[in-house]
Amino acid sequence: MDYFLTEEQKMIQELSAQIAKEKIRPVRAQLDENEEFPWEIMRILAQADLFGLYIPEEYGGMGGGILENCLAIEQVAQACIGIATSFAASGLGAYPILLYGSEELKHRYLPDIASGKRLSAFGLTESGAGSDVSSIQTTAVRDGDHYILNGTKQWITNGGEAEIYSVLAITDRSKGPRGASFFVVEKGDPGFSFGKKEKKLGIRASATRELIFRDCRVPADRLIGREGIGFIIAMKTFDKSRPGIGSLGVGLSQGALDIAVEYARKRVQFGKPIISFQAIQHKLADMAIKTEAARALIYCSARHMDTDPPDASKVAAMCKVFTGDTAMQVTTEAVQVLGGYGYMQDYPVEKMMRDAKILQIYEGTNEIQRNIIGQELNKEYGRIKESFF
Amino acid sequence: MHIVVCIKQVPDAKNVRIDPDTHTLVRQGVESIVNPFDLFAVEAALKIKDASNARITVITMGPPQAEEALRDVLSRGVDDAVLLSDRAFAGSDTWATSTVLAAAIRKLGNVDLIFCGKQAIDGDTAQVGPETATMLDIPYATFVKKIESLDERHLKVTRQTDEGVEVWKVPMPALITVIKEMGEPRMPSLRHKMRAKKAEISVWGAADLGLDHEAVGLSGSYTQVVRVFSPSRRGNRVMIQGSVEEQVEELYKLLKEAKVPGL
Amino acid sequence: MKVNVDRQKCTVCGVCVEVCPFGAITLSETSVEISDACTLCGMCVDTCEFGAISLPEVGAGPAEDLASYRGVWVYAEWREGLIHRVSFELLSEGRTLADKRGVPLCAVLLGHQLDGNLAEELISYGADVVYVVDRPELAHFSDEAYGNVLVELIRVKKPEMLLAGATSMGRSFIPRVAACLRTGLTADCTELDISEEGLLLQTRPAFGGNVMATIVCPHRRPQMATVRPRVMKPLKREGRQGNVEFPKISEECFLSRIEVLEVIPEKDQTAKLTEADVIISGGRGLQKGENFSIIEELAQMVKGAVGASRGAVDEGWIPPSHQVGQTGRTVAPNLYMAVGIAGAIQHVVGMQGSNVIVAINKDPMAPIFDIATYGVVADLFEFVPAFVRKIKQDRGEP
Repeated sequence: MDYFLTEEQKMIQELSAQIAKEKIRPVRAQLDENEEFPWEIMRILAQADLFGLYIPEEYGGMGGGILENCLAIEQVAQACIGIATSFAASGLGAYPILLYGSEELKHRYLPDIASGKRLSAFGLTESGAGSDVSSIQTTAVRDGDHYILNGTKQWITNGGEAEIYSVLAITDRSKGPRGASFFVVEKGDPGFSFGKKEKKLGIRASATRELIFRDCRVPADRLIGREGIGFIIAMKTFDKSRPGIGSLGVGLSQGALDIAVEYARKRVQFGKPIISFQAIQHKLADMAIKTEAARALIYCSARHMDTDPPDASKVAAMCKVFTGDTAMQVTTEAVQVLGGYGYMQDYPVEKMMRDAKILQIYEGTNEIQRNIIGQELNKEYGRIKESFF
Repeated sequence: MHIVVCIKQVPDAKNVRIDPDTHTLVRQGVESIVNPFDLFAVEAALKIKDASNARITVITMGPPQAEEALRDVLSRGVDDAVLLSDRAFAGSDTWATSTVLAAAIRKLGNVDLIFCGKQAIDGDTAQVGPETATMLDIPYATFVKKIESLDERHLKVTRQTDEGVEVWKVPMPALITVIKEMGEPRMPSLRHKMRAKKAEISVWGAADLGLDHEAVGLSGSYTQVVRVFSPSRRGNRVMIQGSVEEQVEELYKLLKEAKVPGL
Repeated sequence: MKVNVDRQKCTVCGVCVEVCPFGAITLSETSVEISDACTLCGMCVDTCEFGAISLPEVGAGPAEDLASYRGVWVYAEWREGLIHRVSFELLSEGRTLADKRGVPLCAVLLGHQLDGNLAEELISYGADVVYVVDRPELAHFSDEAYGNVLVELIRVKKPEMLLAGATSMGRSFIPRVAACLRTGLTADCTELDISEEGLLLQTRPAFGGNVMATIVCPHRRPQMATVRPRVMKPLKREGRQGNVEFPKISEECFLSRIEVLEVIPEKDQTAKLTEADVIISGGRGLQKGENFSIIEELAQMVKGAVGASRGAVDEGWIPPSHQVGQTGRTVAPNLYMAVGIAGAIQHVVGMQGSNVIVAINKDPMAPIFDIATYGVVADLFEFVPAFVRKIKQDRGEP
């Protein structure tokens, strides 16, 4: 389908697709098997200028927006969302700085993130604060011209591999949700260490670790924006990043669909390619419909999001839910189309199905996303005076 | 330093194959790619550019659509490109091709180093590099796997031969043909890709190179293809069935009977 | 320039359209149309059942007295004190060609501190005359010195044909010789013959071995070809007589602008893939680099070389010098065993000329089975060790 992409956007697609095909596909199974962080692929994506698509040119980026970033993520995800997650997570870590950082902070960190020289990561989740973000325990206490951080962040994507972390901590517990703030913490800061690497069901090429802060001193100028706006920064970051997470789902769905259709055309049973059976055709049709609908939603939403719309949270949540659910359904059906072969590690759909599950969980579970959509609908319709009856 | 890389656009091997049943050539689409060995040559030049302020010009002889190959290479970081294209060039053998490339390199002028892939995957001759160098009367080294060092006037290279490796000191200007060990070609970057899209690519024909039509193309070629045919194929394959032990026994027996060496 | 289509003969059947690798042929109402994409590769010519397609004539170049060239020459490749096997193969083949033409067969031997018996050996394989040039400047190979000497010899003696091995040496300096002499050269031939007109018919694989092309050099001399090793059969003839000559070569021929600093014989002899009689190759199916030991063990048992697919090389499991295929080596051993190799086209083009191909793969749909002589669908980690045990058992080894 023609999404009326610009010349430059098509180039981003083409380049990312080439990297996915030539560099990622051949190694994805092994990286998954060995739970190995894809440094070589990160280097290639960096050299291809893809880490800075959404970062303004004055900070060393390519000056594009969310759609540009989504296009690259989608193509990489088509080959492997473990790798695509590592790539996309660097953006998640960069957005707080990009959206609320001082000029000084932006100039200090964004060029390295844009060039891919340094990876970044986003530190929010804690063991007691998953969906319930407001219950985070990590604290930052002002001490002269420093803040002292204490606490532990859990399941942080790119943890240990990234060098630049945007970390949420409570600066004033008495203020409740208005008492949290974001800080930039660098790998190597005193008192900052990592927990063990988690073993996961899927996206095993990505690294997930704890961030441990024990009297971790960071200079006060690492505060992003000002004290107390931590939750706002987190929410705005998610608004920007969720279409990208959506692209992971679109790419993964497309990757699974491609394999399922190709296999169905080749696999002969009862003397015919199985694609000639309606039971298979209908499965493939549903997979294709959902994938395309997901893509259309992401492309439109990504463009919309670049205009900073008032309904950003609702749309971002919709992107996350729909694409995550789609990817889970499409990959599961892809395994079904391939039958026994699909269940074996020799074919890539087995990994795709394992990988898909995370899309319904991380960056806000799909249940939380539905809550957001519900709350936003309530607010939105509360503002409308007219009746539809 | 000015480096020239000679490349060739070739049909992707995936698109040219013999149907195992009919023994006829099957072409699926006509996708063209940059000859893989030439990408190693591009990488060799880019590595030098990474470490110095070298300028790289890529040239190719081919039909107008060979421009795509040039843009591919530009998108990987090469500076300039020239397309050598003329109806008169069609049917060139290695001699006639080398004539055109040598003329183009002379026209570019002040070239210090020329890189070529070891051979093209469609013709597999490995002749154009050495012939071009001979016509330019410059030294050359073939099958180079590594550039050990480079100064203003010389380069030291390691070449791979059938017997081992050799280290040669080669005065510049020189022509080097490279093999895979030179290093995986880098991917394009978005910035280079955008530049490549817009880049003006000069097209030089026979007249621009000061070549007579008689000297190029089929009329400038010394060799001629008189027949093209499918190679004879082996008989039908035998699939060896049974348990692993049975398969081992059967294969061993068959190979013994076939008197293959080593067993 | 494009291929010629004889409209009287063309039936617009469209077979040639499918065959053109460049998509240069399209069908119109009454004839086929050849676009500018035509490269005169000749692929369509033989396909046309009606003989409607022909290639335009090759250029003649400056007029030459072709008749003044006489005799078949073989460049005898000398390295490390030994003559390369391909030279004996070429002498045996050259003998046949020379007899067909009724001309002498000569060998050219260049090197330094050459063993006196070498020339006799060349004679025993069919040479009537051996030209020997023994100079310190030729102790190490260099394209310039070797090329210059051969060029001068040819200019003086005027042979009608020159054959050399398509080895790394032959493929490096023979193009220089051809360019200096302004004559045609065909690389990597697998078949040679003499046409009715007395021309050398040089047949070689093209498009990665998918087609064969026969090439001639009608108007220039000598007609030159490099020939793939291990294709022709060496045939020793006892009691043959021949002359050994030591021609005088101009001093400037020995000058080379290149300095050979080091010559390091490769330690790993198994990397000499192109000459191996048996090759055991491993691919991605091995799963990790350490597992190449399985391949190495088998290779050692059958005195074979170790090959690899591009996948295995890209993974860094084995150095690129072992790679068989499009960007690696082209090989044609007697036995080629592909272990855990899927058989992508870029691999297949590098080994399909092998005499016996054994494919071991657990995926029955792997394309490698399409070209295998013997196919085994099995887990390589079970099969290969079992096969090794079988060999040991048969040899009575523990």
